[in-house]
Amino acid sequence: MNISPAAIPAYDPAVDAPRPHHPIYDYDSGPPVNRGKFAIWLFLATEIMFFTGLIGTYIVLRMGSATWPDPADRLAVDITALNTFFLICSSATMVKGVERAMLGDNGGLIKWLALTVLIGSIFVGIQAYEYTELIKDGNLPNVDIFWSTFYAMTGFHGIHVAVGVIWNLCILIAAIFRKIPQEKYMKVELAGLYWHFVDLVWVLLFTIVYLM
Amino acid sequence: MNPVATPAAPHAPHTSHLEPGEGQPGTVREHHDHHELGFFRKWIFSVDHKVIGLQFLFSGLVFLALGGMMAMAIRYQLAWPWRPMPGLAWMFPATGGAITPEFYTMLFTMHGTIMIFFVMIPLLTGAFGNFLIPLMIGAPDMAFPKLNMFGYWTMIPAFFFMILGFFVEGGHAAGGWTSYPPLSTIEAAAPGSLSGQTCWLMGLTWVGVSSMMGAVNYVTTIVKMRAPGLTMMRLPLSIWGLMITSLLQLFALPVLTAASIMQLLDRVLNTGFFTPTNLLVNNLTPDSFAYGSEAAAAGGQPLLWQHLFWFYSHPAVYILVLPAMGFTSDILAIHARKPIFGYKPMVYSMSAIAGLGFIVWGHHMFTSGMNPALGMTFMVSTVMIALPSAIKVFNWLGTLWGGRIHLRTPMLFACAFVSMFIIGGLSGIWMAATPVDIYIHDTYIVVAHFHYVVFAGSLFAIFAAIYHWFPKMFGRLMNETVGKIHFVGSFIFTNMTFYMMHQLGVAGLMRRTADPYAYDVYAHLQPINEFITISAFCMFAWQIFFVLNFFHSMFWGKRVGRNPWKAASLEWDAPSPPGHGNFDHQLEVYRGAYEFGSPEVEEDYIPQTRKI
Repeated sequence: MNISPAAIPAYDPAVDAPRPHHPIYDYDSGPPVNRGKFAIWLFLATEIMFFTGLIGTYIVLRMGSATWPDPADRLAVDITALNTFFLICSSATMVKGVERAMLGDNGGLIKWLALTVLIGSIFVGIQAYEYTELIKDGNLPNVDIFWSTFYAMTGFHGIHVAVGVIWNLCILIAAIFRKIPQEKYMKVELAGLYWHFVDLVWVLLFTIVYLM
Repeated sequence: MNPVATPAAPHAPHTSHLEPGEGQPGTVREHHDHHELGFFRKWIFSVDHKVIGLQFLFSGLVFLALGGMMAMAIRYQLAWPWRPMPGLAWMFPATGGAITPEFYTMLFTMHGTIMIFFVMIPLLTGAFGNFLIPLMIGAPDMAFPKLNMFGYWTMIPAFFFMILGFFVEGGHAAGGWTSYPPLSTIEAAAPGSLSGQTCWLMGLTWVGVSSMMGAVNYVTTIVKMRAPGLTMMRLPLSIWGLMITSLLQLFALPVLTAASIMQLLDRVLNTGFFTPTNLLVNNLTPDSFAYGSEAAAAGGQPLLWQHLFWFYSHPAVYILVLPAMGFTSDILAIHARKPIFGYKPMVYSMSAIAGLGFIVWGHHMFTSGMNPALGMTFMVSTVMIALPSAIKVFNWLGTLWGGRIHLRTPMLFACAFVSMFIIGGLSGIWMAATPVDIYIHDTYIVVAHFHYVVFAGSLFAIFAAIYHWFPKMFGRLMNETVGKIHFVGSFIFTNMTFYMMHQLGVAGLMRRTADPYAYDVYAHLQPINEFITISAFCMFAWQIFFVLNFFHSMFWGKRVGRNPWKAASLEWDAPSPPGHGNFDHQLEVYRGAYEFGSPEVEEDYIPQTRKI
């Protein structure tokens, strides 16, 4: 063992001083995928776990309850089914928007993105209408465990849709005023990935909360 | 040996408008001369990973002092129950200065919360994750510098809520750091479950958002921005530890966020996720203890919270230890001048610990009323974690074996980590056995166990890391003599404090009790507690050597060069402290980070960038 190792050499400006006016070296090592895209997938993984927590809670609470009301008696399944259809359509329009952006067709991007934002807003609007009607009838989250889980799950999904609408709206504004060049289409694709995720979660939530 | 590479690639013309995330392989960005940034741009609104790392470091150390003071107050009460508490007596005129039992519960709740969520996790992943990742992989910064800045900014509301809680009516949260309902969700259950608990939940949610942003950034940076030639299997183990930790955070943390939001809803909107049917608290029914005049929903399951909480918080204990294991591996190899023993097994065992860590959470719940059949599976999976942990310990010993050990301060702390981790780990295996746990559950042996792992383990590794990377952070060495004094005292007093807790636990002393001596069976344990308390006071006071050394060395320490320890990994190729963009020359990596004592060269190490 070397209790007192050799002394550490002092600062030597010839070797240790930082060299002035050096460029910045930015390397790319990993799989051939954009960094933003890589990160958004990681972020979606966290979102999946977040909704897993909520859905898992719902399943446990429902399995643990002696009785559980039939969702059809309490919720307007038909309107929400229509709403679900709208949201799925908005995924299709988003795909078209991303495709246009890839091709550098700014006009097409604006058209499809505007349609996506519109449908997304309709979804949020219908959900807000559903909430007001339910609350008017006194169905607040503190009435029973059914409503607790209902508001938590659909509410957090609604917030996610609203965030997606705002995100798409920002890109839309950028596309209208500044034009999104072909090489920057990734901005649109990232929002698209998030949008599809929100859509997919809704399909699950609709099935579990409204249909089962 | 010294970095004299010239930029091989021609300067790409004007690509500097690209975000870092859009860089092409081997991009060389034209560097507009950095004019000196103002104080606020440089230290407050910084997007530089090194500054953000230091922000996390300093706030973590401040909270360490705060959490430590709470520990001292807890120890004071346990040694001399109901004696007027020095410094806090003015708060309790009614009792003549003695703290109340409710205040005691608040103390241990907030001690645990602050130490885990505001000290250990931010120090390990926030401070060292930020500081080390880009430097050790040869990157100019994180993949998303702005996101990184937001990662610290979202800690600010967390700090705010956690501090605010102390000043609300009823005091801060007092349901234990685990915050089990109905104690935490029912207002009538305890004084601290008034708005204090709401502040606690808000604070925790913000910490979760911050950790999530950090984890996304770390993994992306490690995977996408390594220097040319730096394959995954050439990474220093610190980076592996931080990356696996980040993956744990990505997959486990959102569940806790969901759970704490549900508990928040239980408290704010009177939902019933964790409130069972027909619950009576202090002879009150849910409707009468709901917030405001609203009725409260019931039909929920308190046990569900425990599952959701531990689904995150068990992986969280590996979040607390995996980066520490990584730092220790690096420090042991560098200061023993030997390659790390079994590099790949180290990587695989860290991954195995993380993977198994997801399926062991139930071992916190053996006595909770969970299905006993589940207890068996959790017991088996928990005991299995001993295997990868043992591989790591033997590899550390194998690294030291026959090495030319330089017993400098970082090395002393790293060796302490290994030995303390063995003690804490062994009691962990023993405690994972359901029959044993049923006896020792919620006794001081559990307290001894996790303090050995987290305090004597991870915090010692953090000390080691601070002493080791201090020259890179500030360009100066910490004082060696004072560092050794700090180590010796900390080591002795830590063991005096926590080892004795095993004895208390075997004697059956319960944790979380303000005055255990009210029960005759525990009255004879008071002298041991007094001994522990005096040791703990000494340990706390001893940290003054660290504080003085830290701040003194920051300004007046010995100025050293790029590579004071003669280490092989990339961060030592950068200037100390590294400037904007970290590296002032282009990197090319030819080997792993642990080439010490190689016969190929005259020196006893080969830097990763050296071609032979």
